[in-house]
Amino acid sequence: MFEKNYIELFQENRALVERGSSGVMNALRDRALESLKTYGLPSKKLEEYLHTDVSAWFEPDWGMNLARLDMPVDMAQAFRCNVPNLSTLMYFLANDSYAESHSASRVLPDGVIAGSLKEISDSNPELVSEYYGRLADLDKTGTAAFNTLFAQDGFMVYVPDGVCVEKPLQLVTLLQSKVDLLVNRRILVVLGRGAQLKMLLCDHALSANSFLSTQVIEVFAGQDSRFELYDLEETHTRNHRVSELYIRQEAGSWVHADSITLNNGSTRNSSFVTLAGRGASLSLNGAAIADSSQHVDNLTFVDHREPDCTSSELFKYVLDGQSTGAFAGKVLVRPGSQRTVSQQTNRNICLTRQARMFTQPQLEIYADDVKCSHGSTVGQLDDNAMFYMRQRGISEKEARMLLMLAFVAEVIGMVELDALRDRLTRLVEKRFRGELSQCEGCRACR
Amino acid sequence: MKETDTDNSLVREISAEKYRYGFTTDVHTDVIDRGLTEDTVRLISERKGEPDWMLEFRLKAFRHWLTMEMPTWPHLTIPEIDYQNISYYADPTVKKQGPKSVDEIDPQVMKTFDKLGIPLEERLALSGGVAVDAVMDSVSVKTTFKQTLAEKGIIFCSMGEAVRNHPDLIRRYLGSVVNYRDNFFAALNSAVFSDGSFVYIPKGVRCPMELSTYFRINASGTGQFERTLIVADDDSYVSYLEGCTAPMRDENQLHAAIVEIVVLDRAEVKYSTVQNWYPGDENGKGGVYNFVTKRGLLKGVDSKLSWTQVETGSAITWKYPSCVLQGDGSQGEFYSVALTNNWQQADTGTKMIHLGRNTKSTIISKGISAGHSQNSYRGLVRVAEKADGARNYSQCDSLLLGDECGAHTFPYMDIKNETAVVEHEATTSKISEDQLFYCNQRGIPMEQAIGLIVNGYAKEVLSKLPMEFAVEAQRLLAVSLENTTG
Repeated sequence: MFEKNYIELFQENRALVERGSSGVMNALRDRALESLKTYGLPSKKLEEYLHTDVSAWFEPDWGMNLARLDMPVDMAQAFRCNVPNLSTLMYFLANDSYAESHSASRVLPDGVIAGSLKEISDSNPELVSEYYGRLADLDKTGTAAFNTLFAQDGFMVYVPDGVCVEKPLQLVTLLQSKVDLLVNRRILVVLGRGAQLKMLLCDHALSANSFLSTQVIEVFAGQDSRFELYDLEETHTRNHRVSELYIRQEAGSWVHADSITLNNGSTRNSSFVTLAGRGASLSLNGAAIADSSQHVDNLTFVDHREPDCTSSELFKYVLDGQSTGAFAGKVLVRPGSQRTVSQQTNRNICLTRQARMFTQPQLEIYADDVKCSHGSTVGQLDDNAMFYMRQRGISEKEARMLLMLAFVAEVIGMVELDALRDRLTRLVEKRFRGELSQCEGCRACR
Repeated sequence: MKETDTDNSLVREISAEKYRYGFTTDVHTDVIDRGLTEDTVRLISERKGEPDWMLEFRLKAFRHWLTMEMPTWPHLTIPEIDYQNISYYADPTVKKQGPKSVDEIDPQVMKTFDKLGIPLEERLALSGGVAVDAVMDSVSVKTTFKQTLAEKGIIFCSMGEAVRNHPDLIRRYLGSVVNYRDNFFAALNSAVFSDGSFVYIPKGVRCPMELSTYFRINASGTGQFERTLIVADDDSYVSYLEGCTAPMRDENQLHAAIVEIVVLDRAEVKYSTVQNWYPGDENGKGGVYNFVTKRGLLKGVDSKLSWTQVETGSAITWKYPSCVLQGDGSQGEFYSVALTNNWQQADTGTKMIHLGRNTKSTIISKGISAGHSQNSYRGLVRVAEKADGARNYSQCDSLLLGDECGAHTFPYMDIKNETAVVEHEATTSKISEDQLFYCNQRGIPMEQAIGLIVNGYAKEVLSKLPMEFAVEAQRLLAVSLENTTG
């Protein structure tokens, strides 16, 4: 409905957009434009967007930094790492531009390329064009087309065959602006055969303006590769985020992807995973803690295309205040994908009368030798457990907190990085205590 | 691996089992011309000798239907239906008035129901047996035990008769649960519906026998659009059974019915269906399209409605027997076994709408897919803002027999009250090799072993059926599976 304005904006400023980007990225803009014209932005009319009217988020007159004006953010000053004891290879995206930081010296193993997507696609166009835009589905209604149309830069990491990046890679995205801003981030991850990488994405909003960020992450997990992704959102109530994660897993690959929404405004995360090789294994998890009028919507689609693949999903929501949560998870087992094992669990707690949860697991199975299950519950904190703790002199507030913490701990416990797991546990506790009203560690709330 | 290959080859041996009810009856049937216009609706109303208000009801629905489009959201592939190429009224009794005694029914019609195992002569029924309303095509040919039931104040008759004899009740309740605007097929049915059953159980009465309606499509080129309404007044109880069959034909026949149930204070209704419409042949040719809207309104406090369905027939099944839990403390239950074989498709499940306080619902759904069939469970559990203390438990299991069929689950949960406890579980798997091995080891051949395991799998639902039906349902499951599995 509002796409028309954006299409006009693009047509008027095409030269400007392309000047601030690379040839590889510009090559896809015609297709993206056609797709946006055909399918538009997703509204509540679509079943997948029934509970999140993403198209309405595009209605305000957002500022867009198409001219790539310098928007200075002093990274080291503005942001201190929220995860101490976790020595990471740190990279920054300021709004939607790649920003070199001074905070960490980065020594990468041989052959590993990491940095600005624009710069890498300028210097290494063959490599980038082989992967860029290959997974993001432009032939459907979604925000991938919008992102592909406007994205000018982003982050890319390439790990060649057999290389293991020991240190976790941390990409911090910072939103800071004097005006309400729409940003389009693009992230590309390519893992060669047997490559290994751990990646932490931290999404922060530093200034109190309204933001709308579209994010498209494409992940190619080569044969027998191992990839861990932790996507942590710590923004504020005036932030809108629509993120699409696309993962393609080759034979024998192992991927663990977590999305954790600690603090947000309105969030829509969609994950599309294709298990394209025999014996691939996926663990896809999420936790969301929401109160006031926050809104979190996670959609997952796991496509089992080959035999012997495994997928497990666990999503947990704690909803307080007038917050709303939505979860839709679909598992498709294609013909011939025998011996598939797939499990999906979604558990939710509504703490108040106004909090609302919509959950919709789906199984679509076309192979017979499979073990697939899904489970979904919506409930409250266990009265018996509360009583047990009260009996032992624990205050009601504390007992509630402990129960909520234990509830979320199942997801946090799956985080493979020890330091991050500890830190997340603390952050979640602070969040439940109401001490984490803004992202921690940034100058804005220090 | 070898074992699996043998399994698959057996799976591919598609059932040659003949559909037992596939015969046709040569009976003089008065069929109106094909096509659907306002005149058709007027003609149906006129044939049935209906009052003006009923005609108005139909016309309103028809005009609304014209503005609607057939929905496309189900997980079904439905060939285009030409609504102008169906005859909407077929009367095998020909007589203007309903028959006065058994003797007046065409002997061919009697024979048909005898052959289907539905005795229309009360003396032939088992003692304390079942009262039957037998509906062939668009007309109810006979309702048994009417007199016995009338002594208790129970009304059990065809819908046509009810419109004439009990207009107050019909005007009060018809369309009160399923409005004509509800969906495409509800509008169509409201415009052209023909006989179904009307049941009224007065206050405090426990219906002494099972009530049953047997639906039979006989004439070709027709559809069946029956309408059933059950009203259970305060503190009453009734168990109602529904059975259905159709002849084997190459054409697809449309069956679009509405069942409305109103349950008042502390009343209980059990509604059981064994659906065995003609499913089409092994190549997917022919068969009945079964697009039905079934809904119960649990209006009274502590009222209870239990849907039990065994779905083995129909080329395409598309229905969601639902409960609107309006009265405080009301309880809804849904037990379903849906078996699809060959090229059958099913998209079935339930909706539990919790509106009152302390309402409870249970959903147990067992899907079994074989051959090239597609079997989907689709269910909605909605807890409204004021439904404090609502509780739901859903379990949907799917069993896959063969590698070319599909099993799908689409549960929706829509929770607007924090005191609600809602649980959903679903599993999909094939028959365990261990169980089969165990049976084989003890000399039980493969086919019987599968029948045994499937019956065990469906037992939770079958045990909810009245006894006569449970036996029939078990047999049906076995027959529907015959020669299909390895």
